[in-house]
Amino acid sequence: MRYLPLTPDDREAMLAAIGAKSIDDLFVDVPQAARREGFVDLPRVAGELEVERTLSAMANKNASAGSVPFFCGAGAYKHHVPATVDHVIQRSEFLTSYTPYQPEIAQGTLQYLYEFQTQVANLTGMPVANASLYDGSTAMAEGVLMATRVTRRNKAVISGGVHPHYVRATETVVHAVGVETLALPAAVDAEADVIAQIGPDTACVVVQTPNVFGTATDVTKIAEAAHAAGALLIVVVTEAVSMGLLKSPGEMGADIVAAEGQSIGNALNFGGPYVGLFATREKLIRQMPGRLTGETVDADGERGFVLTLSTREQHIRRDKATSNICTNSGLCTLAFTIHMSLLGETGLRKLALLNHEKAVATRDALAAIPGVEVLTPRFFNEFAIKLPKNAAEVVDTLAGHHVLAGVPYSRLAPDAGMDDLLLVAATETTLDHDIKFLAKALATVLAA
Amino acid sequence: MSTMNTVGRPTAPNQVSEKPATLTGGRGLLQNEALIFEGEGWGKTGVDLPEPKTTGSDLGDLVRKDPIGLPGLSEPEAMRHYVRLSQKNHAIDLAIYPLGSCTMKHNPRLNEKMARLPGFSDIHPLQPISTVQGALELMNTLAHWLKTLTGMPAVALSPKAGAHGELCGLMAIRAAHEASGQHEKRRKVLVPTSAHGTNPATAAFVGYSVVEVAQTDDGRVDVADLASKLGDDVAAIMVTNPNTCGLFERDILEISRLTHEAGAYFYCDGANFNAIVGRVRPGDLGVDAMHINLHKTFSTPHGGGGPGAGPVVLSEALAPFAPAPWVVHDDNGYRLVEREEDEAAQAFGRLCAFQGQMGMYVRALSYMLSHGSDGLRQVAEDAVLNANYIKARLQDLMSPAFPDGPCMHEALFDDEWLKGTDITTLDFAKAMIDEGFHPMTMYFPLVVHGAMLIEPTETESKAELDRFIHAMRLLAEAAKAGDVDRFKGAPFHAPLRRLDETRAARSPVLRWTAPDGSNQAA
Repeated sequence: MRYLPLTPDDREAMLAAIGAKSIDDLFVDVPQAARREGFVDLPRVAGELEVERTLSAMANKNASAGSVPFFCGAGAYKHHVPATVDHVIQRSEFLTSYTPYQPEIAQGTLQYLYEFQTQVANLTGMPVANASLYDGSTAMAEGVLMATRVTRRNKAVISGGVHPHYVRATETVVHAVGVETLALPAAVDAEADVIAQIGPDTACVVVQTPNVFGTATDVTKIAEAAHAAGALLIVVVTEAVSMGLLKSPGEMGADIVAAEGQSIGNALNFGGPYVGLFATREKLIRQMPGRLTGETVDADGERGFVLTLSTREQHIRRDKATSNICTNSGLCTLAFTIHMSLLGETGLRKLALLNHEKAVATRDALAAIPGVEVLTPRFFNEFAIKLPKNAAEVVDTLAGHHVLAGVPYSRLAPDAGMDDLLLVAATETTLDHDIKFLAKALATVLAA
Repeated sequence: MSTMNTVGRPTAPNQVSEKPATLTGGRGLLQNEALIFEGEGWGKTGVDLPEPKTTGSDLGDLVRKDPIGLPGLSEPEAMRHYVRLSQKNHAIDLAIYPLGSCTMKHNPRLNEKMARLPGFSDIHPLQPISTVQGALELMNTLAHWLKTLTGMPAVALSPKAGAHGELCGLMAIRAAHEASGQHEKRRKVLVPTSAHGTNPATAAFVGYSVVEVAQTDDGRVDVADLASKLGDDVAAIMVTNPNTCGLFERDILEISRLTHEAGAYFYCDGANFNAIVGRVRPGDLGVDAMHINLHKTFSTPHGGGGPGAGPVVLSEALAPFAPAPWVVHDDNGYRLVEREEDEAAQAFGRLCAFQGQMGMYVRALSYMLSHGSDGLRQVAEDAVLNANYIKARLQDLMSPAFPDGPCMHEALFDDEWLKGTDITTLDFAKAMIDEGFHPMTMYFPLVVHGAMLIEPTETESKAELDRFIHAMRLLAEAAKAGDVDRFKGAPFHAPLRRLDETRAARSPVLRWTAPDGSNQAA
């Protein structure tokens, strides 16, 4: 087998050195009743060509985003990733290294993590960021838990504009710890309803901007209301590119930012792996979950970087840790930081404007279709439309016409009573031709 | 032209005894590399985009006005920056990476190629189901392999890492106790003292109080102590098998029998599944839930600390509580169960926004298909053989923590043999760096003093093992001969000397800031 270097002669020599007669001698501690001889219903060793054929056959059954006019968003976005990114993340020294436990021989990883933390802090407008969490949804859950630790209160108020899957992932985890959540009803402009729900027992208020319907909102007033009540404001961002155009969460008074970083440097990947961005204010860092990289010096006084504040973490604190998290999103953070370094502020601002431009053009084209009502008042690169038909059925029909028209809201929240609502996203990858194609196909389906 | 680059060269190296420090701080091919924030990149970009036609004025006050603080690099500068950084990292592709309990094995590049097929990498998690049938087929096939290899009836694929898998398993256990009305009284989780830190952290996270179980002198769970702590107030036990001392729990069948008799569930930490894959099915050991680190046993790359993937196999008793979503195959093809109703009415919830780590599923399945079930069995055998070989070849100089009997996939030594040398496990590890090796896992498990946990994995050749053993023996002899400075000052030959971690933690500097305190250069 090509991944196994030992030869039969090696194995024999090694067994002799150990003083064992056969390999079975080394498995002597396994109870007889639990030993297996083999697995008849699984295939045997296969060459590269064979594996490639099997997996390519599966891949070919899927409609990839790049092969059709494509308008899906709702927390995962199709952006162009520069070729440099994928080349660099496949370098052996990045791809096949581990968590930088020995900093003297892991400065490559530690320095890019430090740069990543600074980029994320600046992008979100916050003083500090960690070295990433699994994804945006788990970052939100960790944010709520952190807020309960900081405020010693037990209730989270969640805006009806937050992605329903984020809400569900958060509820699942925080309810297990006994934290209460008040998830407000879904609405295109749900942020307007949040302030009235803040009370003296509120640990945090969670708002998303742009929200799941695409609505961009200045949440400064919500921050003020939360702070006046002694609560923290958590701002969720599912489209990281939006921060290149819109006011940052930090500017609007966020205490914690939980964001999905997939849009920068990372492919759609059918939902993962992605990269959770997590940023906060300086005085809260000791309550922060996840890994942190910090600056220090070596024995000769040279600057270097190490994992730090690990006394918050599970391998030191065990059952007293701030979180059980062990891994971060390593290689996805590298992809993020390389793409962001290539973009720079100039490129990011331009990229964000292009996204907005394409979405506005898409909105204009769809708004002209009889029966289509645009619901989102102000948006970055995604908006909601109301259809005269069931949105999921329309999307399925359009898929048959080789256009992926967006995400029906009912896919995220089947019980919200919004079966006619469709979320449509555009990015810099959207062609004018795609927009025309979508508009024409949608008009045809609606007219049928 | 034939003289190009040769004129002026000495025919033999000059004889200079002292090694002068370089003038720039550079060291041959190893470049000093500034932070991107310290360069000239403010205002620069390495991406050519069309000029936008909008200024975003329709968004009014929502538009971000202040500088963001993000320098840019042209493509050649970006390439240099990251390649220079990369050269300061150790990697499996460079040499053995014997971090115990981390399973640093070769990462086949076929897996990378497969994960990048547009049919897998360029599909959206919420596309119509009819357009992702191949992706669901892949998830279903991976699930089949995991269930077959573990002998378990169900698997939850979505957990995003091992610790996330532990969370999934414990939440399923909790949901099962809630469903049977026993949650209120079952508030304890038993965890052996040798467990990974994530075990007690996860149990506490889910709201359980953690009770430690003692270990026997031969490095296994103390069954008598376990039995005395099991009762109707215990929700689960969390046992790693093979355990973190690198040993198979001989009494595992008794452990699971006692656990089930007490009405508790058996959570197995599957971090060390690599040692038994193809030879032992956890289902045959009475396991109710076990996470599988795809980045360990099934060779998805560790990537400097992630992304991982931690699918959890579940017993019949726990399967109904698995989190949404999951894949179902029926007459109409594949579909995703996303709603927590009907067949998923007992699901304990959802662990992340989408389906989990698809990119890791592709890599893991590519690895499984390559090995086949026969190859995977050989994986376990060679991993165990390699570890025992290292143990056998070092045990005359170093002190194995558990000398009697074979180990599984990792060889554990304590620091008894360093007694009187004034050299610690940490010093020894840092001296290994100078010899060109990544150190083993240090000071873990906590139950062994000054622990050195060596896991070679099956992808090391005998020649590489011999090279490693040779270096370890030379170092051990040097330590015993009183060559203390070599260890105390180490590393001398790494990109940096020993780093001051205390200083980093005492006054944390977690980001670059300009000298004037702003987030960009003046």
